[in-house]
Amino acid sequence: MTGATFVGMPAFPEAARAALADSQLRHNLAHATGTIRGKRARVVGELDDWEELRTRAAGVKDAALADLETHLLTLEERLTAAGATVHWARDAAEASAVVAQVARAHEVDEVVKVKSMATVEIGLNEALAAEGIAAWETDLAELIVQLGDDLPSHILVPAIHRNRAEIRQIFVDKMAAAGRPAPDDLTEVPSELANAARLHLREKFLRAKVGVSGANFAVAETGTLVVVESEGNGRMCLTLPEVLVSVVGIEKVVPTWAELDTFLQVLPRSSTGERMNPYTSTWSGVTPGDGPQEVHVVLVDNGRTRALADEVGRQALRCIRCSACLNVCPVYERTGGHAYGSVYPGPIGAILNPLLKGVGVDEQVDSLPYASSLCGACYEVCPVKIDIPSVLVDLRAQVVDAHRGGRPSVEAAAMKGAGQTFASSRRLGLAQRLTGLGTGLARRLGLAPAWSSARDLPTAPPESFRAWWRRTDGGRS
Amino acid sequence: MAAYGRGSLVSARDEVLRRVREATASATATPPARESREPRPGDVDRFAERVADYKAVVERCGPDEVEARIAAALDGAVAVVPDGLGYAVPGSVPDDGLSATDLDGIDAVVTLARVGVAETGTIVLDHGPGQGRRALSLVPDLHVCVVRADQVVADVPDAVASLDPARPLTWISGPSATSDIELDRVEGVHGPRTLHVLVVG
Repeated sequence: MTGATFVGMPAFPEAARAALADSQLRHNLAHATGTIRGKRARVVGELDDWEELRTRAAGVKDAALADLETHLLTLEERLTAAGATVHWARDAAEASAVVAQVARAHEVDEVVKVKSMATVEIGLNEALAAEGIAAWETDLAELIVQLGDDLPSHILVPAIHRNRAEIRQIFVDKMAAAGRPAPDDLTEVPSELANAARLHLREKFLRAKVGVSGANFAVAETGTLVVVESEGNGRMCLTLPEVLVSVVGIEKVVPTWAELDTFLQVLPRSSTGERMNPYTSTWSGVTPGDGPQEVHVVLVDNGRTRALADEVGRQALRCIRCSACLNVCPVYERTGGHAYGSVYPGPIGAILNPLLKGVGVDEQVDSLPYASSLCGACYEVCPVKIDIPSVLVDLRAQVVDAHRGGRPSVEAAAMKGAGQTFASSRRLGLAQRLTGLGTGLARRLGLAPAWSSARDLPTAPPESFRAWWRRTDGGRS
Repeated sequence: MAAYGRGSLVSARDEVLRRVREATASATATPPARESREPRPGDVDRFAERVADYKAVVERCGPDEVEARIAAALDGAVAVVPDGLGYAVPGSVPDDGLSATDLDGIDAVVTLARVGVAETGTIVLDHGPGQGRRALSLVPDLHVCVVRADQVVADVPDAVASLDPARPLTWISGPSATSDIELDRVEGVHGPRTLHVLVVG
C-alpha cells in the first residue's frame, strides 16, 4: 500500500500539462479552494489586529531562527527534564531509523499516526514498511490517500483532489483489506464517510502500543509540543498508546510559552478558516498516570540548515504549514498539488523544495521556482508574512547560476544576440528592417516553439520608428 | 544516543548543531516586545454564542441547577466521572484505571474545565481535579462539560497566560469535526460527537 512515490516525477511544466487535462481534478480543486477562501476571509475579517498578528508571528519566528542553536539546546534540556528522550537526525534516513528502532524495541508490527508533514517528507511509512511495520494513517484525508495508494496533493487536506463520490469508492474498495470494512450501505454523504472512518479506525486506536506524531510547534522554554487538529485522531494517537514518538523539524521551535498565543490565533484562521480548530493538544514530556509513559522526540534537519543558510530564503522556515498560499494560488488551483512533485506543493513548495534540497542537482526541483506568475496572492495571505515572490525570483537566479557553463541555452544565445544588436545603432537599424521578414519566417518554420506555443508572435509594423522619423523628419514633413 | 547514529565519528546532534551555528552566523533578529498581561475576564454571552457556532449544545444555569442539567443532558446514558467532579451523577462509573477498551464501552463523560475563551468559543482542560486524564474526555461519544462563568477569559492570549504548560492541555472547540471532504466542515469523527456545555452562573 506504499507504492505511490514522488520519486521520478517529471518537471513542473510537463506534470502541469497532464493535470490541466484532468477536468474532474480541476473541478474538485476549484470547488474546495473556493470554499476555503471564503471561510478564511470571513474569520480573518473578524480580527481588527490581523496585520499586527502577522507581523508579530513573523517576528517571533525570525528571532527563533536567528538564535536557533540556543533554543534547540533549551528545548532538548527541558524535554529531557520532563522525561522525554531526545534524538537528533541529520537526514530522512536517520529520522526514520529512530522511529523504526523504537517500534522494534517494543516488538510491534504496527503504529498509529497523526497527520504530519515531516513524517511524509522523510518517507517514514515506506521505511517502516521495509521493516515489516504497518504505519496506519488516522487523519481522514491521509487515510483516503493511503487506502487509495495515492499521493498527497495539499498540505492541510492531502486528498483535496478527491470528491465525495471518489472517496466513497475508495472506502468501499479498500477498507476491508486494511481492517474493518466500510458499512454495506455507505453513501457519499460526508457525515457518513466520516463515520465510516470513525468505525474503521477505532479498533486500531484501541489496540495500538506505539503512536507517531509530528508537532506544529515546540516551545523551547517549557519543552512543550503542540499538535493542532480537527478530528480527534490526533488526541487518540497522543493519548492512548503506551509509547509516543514525535518527529519534529528543527524550525518548529517557538522560544517561549507566551509567544505561542500568536500562532494559535493565526493558524486555525489561515488553515481551515475557523476561529479555532476543534482540538489542540499540548504536552511536556511524560505525565505520570496520563497518556504515554515513554515519550521520544526526534529533532530533524533534513535540509533545514541548508535553507537556514540562505539569507533570502530562510524566511521560508517561518512556515507553519497552514496552506493558505495554496488555496489562493491561481497556478495551484489549476494544476493541483501532484504537479509540484513533492509533499510540499503550491507556492510554499515552490520555494521550500529548492531550499531544502538545493538547486542545480535535479531538473524537477529546478523547475519549481518557475511554477508561478509572481502575482503575490500567496504573500498577502501568509500568516507569517513569507515574501514568496521575492524568494522565487532569488531562486530563479540561483537556478540560472547553477546552470552556467556548458552549452548556452537558446534563451541565453538570444539575449546575447539582442545585447550586441542594441549596442550598435547600425546593427539595430539592420535588425529592424529584417524583423518583418524574420517573424514571418519564424512562424512559417516553427522556430522557438516553446515560446510561441503559448504566446502570440506579434506582427512587426511595416516601418520602424527610426525609419519613420528619418523619412518624415520627426513628423514635420 | 549513539545506538541510533550511523556509527560515524560525529554524532547527529553535534553535526546538526554545528550546521545551525554556521547557517545563523550572520543572522540577527530581536523578538517582538510584549507586555505581560493579567488575563481579562471574557464576555460570557459571547462565549456561549461562539461555542454554539461549532454546533455544540450550550446551556446557561445557576449553581443549584447543575446536577439536574447534567442528568438531563445524559438522558439515561452511562457516564464515567473523574475524581473531584463535585456534582452527583446518577448511575455514573468512577475512573478507577479503566482501559481504553473499557472507556469505549461507556456512553458519556462529565468533566469540569480549566478555562473558557470567549472570542473563540474554546474550552481548555488541564486535566486537574474534576477533569480526569486525557483519555476520559476523548473516548466516550458524549462529553458534558461544566464551565463556571468566572473561568471565561477574553481571548487566546489571555488563555495562554492563565495556563500552566507543564500540565497536559486539551483545547476543545466544538465536537470532533473534519474539513477533509471538499474542505467543508462536517461534525463527528473520532472525538466525542456531541459536546454539551453547561455555563454556570
